Amino acid sequence: MRTMRLTQEGVVFLIALVLFVGFAITLTDFVSPGNLMTLLRSVAILGILGLGMGLVVVGRGIDLSMVAVMVVAVSWAIVIGQTEIGFATGILAGLIFCILTGLVVGVLVAYAEVPAIFTTLAMGSIVYGIGRSLFFTLDVQNVPPGNEWFAFLGRGTILGIPMAIIAFGIVAAVLHLVLRKTRFGRFIYASGDNPQAARIAGLPYRPLLVTQYVVSSCIAYVAGLVMAASVSGMNTRIFNSTMIYDVLLVVVLGGIGLAGGRGGVRNVIVGTLLVGVLLNGMTIMNISLTYQNLIKSVILLMAILIDTLLNPRDEQTSQQGDI
Amino acid sequence: MKLSSIAGGLAALVLAVCASGATFAQEKGMDNPRRGPYIDQLKGKRVVFVPLAMGFDLTEAWAAVLKKQAAKLGYTFDIRDPNWNADAGARAIQDVITEGADVLVTHNPDIQSYGRLLQQAEAAGIKVIQLNMETTTQTDAYIGADWVEIGEAGGRALVDRCSPGKGISNKIAIIQGIPTGAADVYQMRGLWNVLDAHPEIEVVSQQAGSYDPSKARSIMATIIQQHPDLCGSFGIWDSQEAGAGSALQEAGKADQVFSVTSGGGNETACENLKKGLFDMLISYNAPLQGEVAAAKVAELLESKDAAGTRKTTFFTPLTTITADNANGFNCWSLDDLK
Repeated sequence: MRTMRLTQEGVVFLIALVLFVGFAITLTDFVSPGNLMTLLRSVAILGILGLGMGLVVVGRGIDLSMVAVMVVAVSWAIVIGQTEIGFATGILAGLIFCILTGLVVGVLVAYAEVPAIFTTLAMGSIVYGIGRSLFFTLDVQNVPPGNEWFAFLGRGTILGIPMAIIAFGIVAAVLHLVLRKTRFGRFIYASGDNPQAARIAGLPYRPLLVTQYVVSSCIAYVAGLVMAASVSGMNTRIFNSTMIYDVLLVVVLGGIGLAGGRGGVRNVIVGTLLVGVLLNGMTIMNISLTYQNLIKSVILLMAILIDTLLNPRDEQTSQQGDI
Repeated sequence: MKLSSIAGGLAALVLAVCASGATFAQEKGMDNPRRGPYIDQLKGKRVVFVPLAMGFDLTEAWAAVLKKQAAKLGYTFDIRDPNWNADAGARAIQDVITEGADVLVTHNPDIQSYGRLLQQAEAAGIKVIQLNMETTTQTDAYIGADWVEIGEAGGRALVDRCSPGKGISNKIAIIQGIPTGAADVYQMRGLWNVLDAHPEIEVVSQQAGSYDPSKARSIMATIIQQHPDLCGSFGIWDSQEAGAGSALQEAGKADQVFSVTSGGGNETACENLKKGLFDMLISYNAPLQGEVAAAKVAELLESKDAAGTRKTTFFTPLTTITADNANGFNCWSLDDLK
């Protein structure tokens, strides 16, 4: 018998829909194309980071070093760009830095078998520390003038759609294809769902893990480039903010379980949309920051509560455990 | 009197003058009796600076000036960088109280957190200077901007541009930083002092950007969608307001919206003024504040008074900078300070 079960993704989507309809009725111009673009645009970077985090979480890992990698790699690229070496070379250097960081994290997690949560938590601080002490001294880096092509990445539009949203769309589409259509993607689901079984079945479990962290590092870099292009600079202070938890929230809220092997790109998009609708509506209503945080937290708690009521913990989840 | 005796007397005089040497040679000045004791008594003293964080124009400028004076006068100058973490800052102050120091310079994240600690520091005999961001607890000195005046000046400029018949509308938006910081609390008071007297100005939005330009960018993008006829914008800090400015430029409204902000007057802010990211910068000239603070440090080190005896306040000068006077002394570069 097939029963209609509302998944967490469904719950979150419904809440987002209810909020959306509510705002559309009560707030003038909420559903104007301009505002919808702004809404998507303001969460596009969070969404891109969420995609990277989502990939790792599906593979039963977690990457808390994403924000650090993002700010340090992009800042380094900008610092190099301010010298005579040039910005294009700087961007390449930043990419290489991201790949190396991803490799180190991956090797520590896959081969040294250090739990991902500790590895990436520590790596975040190490990466930021390396950046602050070796790559740059000021915590805001301004993109060198005269790089119009770079500014286009952040402020340009194609067919009226801001580039940040297009970048989110492209990363989402590519990741969706990789997860659903390639052997690599299916292997990630398999190893995230049951690592022991995956290894016994002969999957290259450790190299898979390493690859995941390299990919999440590179996705963080893309998010950082879009961010730097939008405000013509990189503010490394966001490393100290709660951004990495917002990223994790988008992923978990959308319904990618921390136990691994579940969910996909659609979940990240749904989680991102809820946060976007909420933030945009509250900004239009001009609610103060303190109340915004309160309302945000209550709605997030509600979403998780409803999910727990609708989908009680079963034997499998209690065996695997949540983080 | 015989001629020979006169000649003899003159010769003796010339000899005597020559023998005394110094008075006849070039003027070489004299020792300043106050200089030696002044320098000696500052040697070996210890000054500790606890900023919000290092790595941005304001704290780097203050530290550069203070460090220079410390090297010149032979006292030690340590920086304890809590990197935007108020807890780490509180621990740093506690450490200073335990280790002992002669002067503690703090740059406070909000008007409350460090208050009690600063009192403890004074009780332990450490003189405390609060730099630019004060707490509600008054200590030996506050040196920094008069935030209320900045808020009022910004408010007057906005009223001037957005009164009925002057701008495209009477609507203005406010983007705060971190609402509990001295810069926010007192600037808002000043701004609202003016706005309360001008009810014709409509504040369509008052949001907080947490000192983050990308957050300010998305807030302003939303506001300008809702209010395409926005006339003015008030930003708490230039570094954050640059984000709001790029949202306005992206929406093609940078010319229409008059945007006022304040900051330390670094060359980056001047470039942003020229780029049109904002139109008016009320500058508290960070190197100048550093010099005033350095003078206060020397004065407190010299003084035999116990910590907390005399509590003083000095509001450093403010300059209004627009694209027209964004040059020279108004736009300093960090490299020149070091």
